[in-house]
Amino acid sequence: MRATPSWWGAEAIALRLPAAGTRAALPVALLLTAGFVAPLVAIIAYSFATPRSFDVFSSFTLENYAGIFDTSNTVWLSFLWSGLFAIATVALLAVFAYPIAYGMDRLFGRWSSLVSILFVFPLFVSENVRLYGWVLFFIKNGVLDGSLKAVGFDGGPDILFTPGMILAGMVYTYLPFMLFPMTLGLAMVPKDLIDAARDLGASRLQIWREVELPLAMPGILIGMLLTFVLGIGAVAEAKILGGQSVIVIAHDIEIAFTYSQNWPLGSALAVVITLFIGVLTLAVFGKLDLDRLLGRR
Amino acid sequence: MDINARRTRAFVTLWTILVLVAIYLPIVCGALASLSKGRYFGFPVREYSMEWWGKTVDSIEIGMLTRTSFAVAITVTLLSVVIAFFGALAFARYDWKGRRLFQKIVLLPIFFPQPVLGLALLLWFSALGIQTSWLTAVFAHLVWIVPVVTLVISIQVYGFDPTLEEAAYDLGCSRWQVFREVTLPLLWPGVWSGMLFAFLLSWGNFPLSLYTAGADSTIPKWLYAKMVAGYTPMVPALGTMSTLGAALALGLGGIVLYLYRRRQAQ
Repeated sequence: MRATPSWWGAEAIALRLPAAGTRAALPVALLLTAGFVAPLVAIIAYSFATPRSFDVFSSFTLENYAGIFDTSNTVWLSFLWSGLFAIATVALLAVFAYPIAYGMDRLFGRWSSLVSILFVFPLFVSENVRLYGWVLFFIKNGVLDGSLKAVGFDGGPDILFTPGMILAGMVYTYLPFMLFPMTLGLAMVPKDLIDAARDLGASRLQIWREVELPLAMPGILIGMLLTFVLGIGAVAEAKILGGQSVIVIAHDIEIAFTYSQNWPLGSALAVVITLFIGVLTLAVFGKLDLDRLLGRR
Repeated sequence: MDINARRTRAFVTLWTILVLVAIYLPIVCGALASLSKGRYFGFPVREYSMEWWGKTVDSIEIGMLTRTSFAVAITVTLLSVVIAFFGALAFARYDWKGRRLFQKIVLLPIFFPQPVLGLALLLWFSALGIQTSWLTAVFAHLVWIVPVVTLVISIQVYGFDPTLEEAAYDLGCSRWQVFREVTLPLLWPGVWSGMLFAFLLSWGNFPLSLYTAGADSTIPKWLYAKMVAGYTPMVPALGTMSTLGAALALGLGGIVLYLYRRRQAQ
């Protein structure tokens, strides 16, 4: 915070501000306590209840967790799929989004706000609508198949309802979550630093590796974390584009909560996911200065 | 411009256009499916008609769920912008002891998979004995949307000069006057963007509504149910209408923001 100008103002602020900050934080804190912390506590409590029962707080067992780590169970396969999908999504998006983020920061100039609106807008369209559009594109007699037949080919490739399609759907859905943090990160790189490096004779590759990438890293890191975490919890892609050919972990949790009515098992799975995501997120957050990233002057 | 820079520019521009085409392609496919006559979609479209749009508009069921979607989105917008406004001040304006921790905690719900959050909330509501309905969906949306709106408004708050508030106090303004005459007008673009985000994110939200809206259905929830079982061309028709509605809201919101900025600049 900058130095306060007036001599008595400084004193007044020292007395007033801490209380004001705490008071301003109160509504959000209450909401997140009741709507985020409490449900997580509830699933932790449920995860120790007798399997297939609703005896929360009246029974204590580790059976649910034992079931998850039992290798004869196929749930580890779901964890594996979700993990692989998430890692592949992050890797592909880092490559796909970088040129666009670079363009928005350096090249597009006055066009860059229009480009960002075009990339933000799909976030406001329900993901199932957009994913279903892909089904219409790739399905037999759909847009691709029909067009290829119309110009004399045998028809489109049969790639709907395969794991590759799920991955493509995830890359598609989560692009903005990589792109925008990455753009924020690139905007943090001082342009005169790049000019200075160039004047001193650095090659383009050197500038990128030694100046641009390290300085943009906080933003890139947030983008990677965000897409990874969303990828771990993704379920709509696997259901709509995967045609349930692969069961991802969030789908397993949903099945436990709905069809099989086994809330304790579903809770235990959710707790494992929450712990994993929580530890990862807090570890990355610990390395970041959010004030700087979001543009505090 | 040297040849390398020109090549980079050409590549980046081309790539961005390509990705944008891919992003809007499925939305166009949905629109095509909604405008083709007949029960089943085939491409190239043999005959275009507005038949399914008409049926969608006339449907009583769809009218009801549109109203529910509206009720949820409006309530979420109003509540979240108030909560997030103060949240943003705590996030970015004031220096207080718990600020760093607060910033991280606020971001956590954004970094949390929504389907899992929805199920955890469902379990929590049932543990409390609360019947799920559109009101519980509002609450669920708030948990996720308030942090997003807090972030959006915070970005505006970072560009805000706190000495202006202090000057107003020095000139003898009351707390309420400072808020109404200084703080709010300066932060208004952020507040407005936050409201837009809140409305549109709630309007399009599917995973939270799926588990926490109970017997009430929103547009995304109904669309999903029909995609899984019982496809009719009303699915792409309603999906396209909902998309156009969101685009309209975004466009109007953007125009208001633009006019406001221009008036401020004068």
